[in-house]
Amino acid sequence: MATLELSIDEDVAAGPVRRTRRLGTLFWMAVAWLIFVFAVAALASLLPLPSPTDMDMLERRQPVSMLHWLGTDGLGRDELARLIYGARISLTVGLCAPIIGITVGGALGMLAGYFRGRFETLVVGSMDVLLAFPPLILALAVTAYLGQSLLNLTLILGVLGIPAFMRVARATTLSLARREFVIAAQALGATHARILLRELLPNVFLPLLAFFLLGVAVTIVVEGALSFLGLGVPPPISSWGSMIGEGRESLEIAPRLAFIPAVTMFLTVLSFNLVGDTLRALTDPRQGSL
Amino acid sequence: MLGFVVRRLLYLVPVLIAVSLLTFLIASLLPGDLAYVILGDQATPEKVAALRHDMGLDQPIWWRYLSWLGNVLQGDFGRSFRTGQTVLQAVAERLPVSIELMLLAQLGALAIGIPLAIACAVRSGSAFDRFMTGSAFSMLSVPAFLSAILLIYLFAVELRWLPATGYVPFNEDPVGNLRSFLLPALTLALGEWPVLMRVLRSDMIATLQEDYIAMARAKGLKPSRILLVHALKPSSLTLVTVTGINIGRLIGGTVIVESIFALPGIGRLLLGAIFTRDLIILQGVVLFVAIGYVLMNFIVDMLYAVLDPRIRHGHA
Repeated sequence: MATLELSIDEDVAAGPVRRTRRLGTLFWMAVAWLIFVFAVAALASLLPLPSPTDMDMLERRQPVSMLHWLGTDGLGRDELARLIYGARISLTVGLCAPIIGITVGGALGMLAGYFRGRFETLVVGSMDVLLAFPPLILALAVTAYLGQSLLNLTLILGVLGIPAFMRVARATTLSLARREFVIAAQALGATHARILLRELLPNVFLPLLAFFLLGVAVTIVVEGALSFLGLGVPPPISSWGSMIGEGRESLEIAPRLAFIPAVTMFLTVLSFNLVGDTLRALTDPRQGSL
Repeated sequence: MLGFVVRRLLYLVPVLIAVSLLTFLIASLLPGDLAYVILGDQATPEKVAALRHDMGLDQPIWWRYLSWLGNVLQGDFGRSFRTGQTVLQAVAERLPVSIELMLLAQLGALAIGIPLAIACAVRSGSAFDRFMTGSAFSMLSVPAFLSAILLIYLFAVELRWLPATGYVPFNEDPVGNLRSFLLPALTLALGEWPVLMRVLRSDMIATLQEDYIAMARAKGLKPSRILLVHALKPSSLTLVTVTGINIGRLIGGTVIVESIFALPGIGRLLLGAIFTRDLIILQGVVLFVAIGYVLMNFIVDMLYAVLDPRIRHGHA
């Protein structure tokens, strides 16, 4: 069955793709953009920015000026400040949720791939149940019941990512578990814990990490979609998705209010996809196998 | 083939039971008592207790699950306490809109993706190929709500060619109906074609190197015939797979697109239920969509097995 994350994985993996060891200019441009966005978001409170939530009804939808570098939104709030504080929300959810996924999914996948048997059947079966819901529908339903908050949003998106990480970890572990170095460690009498942590984990970690970056991109998109629909973080906190949603109301008079956060979000998601895809191509287990 | 179908069907049973259990648990265990939602915040404890008793909310949870499941199996998904409509009525009213939207989107994605994939595969490595592969990769980073806003701005605000929102029933005005579906379907198609194009392209590059293609060329067949018949046909399997993988994303995208373009489909029903806290409709629609999703995946699996005999004999 399908997930958002898997769709990226499968289509990239299919077919002969020419791989070069050089990372290329685009890769470094993407890295630079991500560092820039992270730095600005982290230093937001130190920057000389107006408050992102102070409304000024006399200054509604002001054009770009020295006072408001990107103008003001429909409630007279500074667009640049909202964009930067919104980056905090989008990046926090975008990073924390896949961390839940990579930890839980990675551990389950490695254990399932290493021990096999009933445990594997149970893990794969329960993931199939989670995958039986279209991801966005499940996220919408659970937020509706749990209530909107940053923590709830992160938890839900994190849980939704578990099956995909589980699959990557399990597939990699399965292909590694019969390799010489694992058999050698078993012959030397290493414990299961030692084999899992010292022999398998370092080899499973890189593919998982590359997949993690693609997961960040997907999470930012889903968080954006939920916030766009008004079901993400509660107002007045801004996230890129909610800014785009608010900007939609004034598409005819001030299209920039929707397009500025849209372009920022696009560049960030594209950068995560680029970096993740490049790393994934480099760490593809099929390439490095004996 | 029959054995394969039966095996897959049997596997569906535990999955569907678990799906119903999860749907029920999300609705029952999470905070927010249905009785308070119906009666409002000012309800007296006695009234709430009476309503809870009437609705069976004071029963143990396993009993409530079993009686709910029993009703669902008899086709009774519950009734909205706001509109009085049953879940099935509400779904039946809105399902055609969502299905039309998804079909048009899929057609649009195929119409964009297949020709581009063929054009790229024929000249793989050329500037055109590199440009299109790059564009497809970038398009994967454009969520549905971004392309929707871009399309609305372009076609409804600037050019004023198409309506931004609004829905015209098909039996009243077929042309107006298609016009109202054009932008929403295009939005979804813009998200789907890159996936189709990328997979089909690499598939065809591999196929074009096969001996039988060289043979067809040597026989002097027309290039168009070689591409469309000899090379594209073996790739139908890949297309089915990609379509299967995309269903989940397409359903999610449908919710967003229906909300943006105000189309009265399942997605709007779901969002409306969330905003009005119509929990019974919400629970019913989530279960209905999940069952539909599981069945669609099942059909894709079956189609896959029909196309590739190795799978139904377990040699894949």
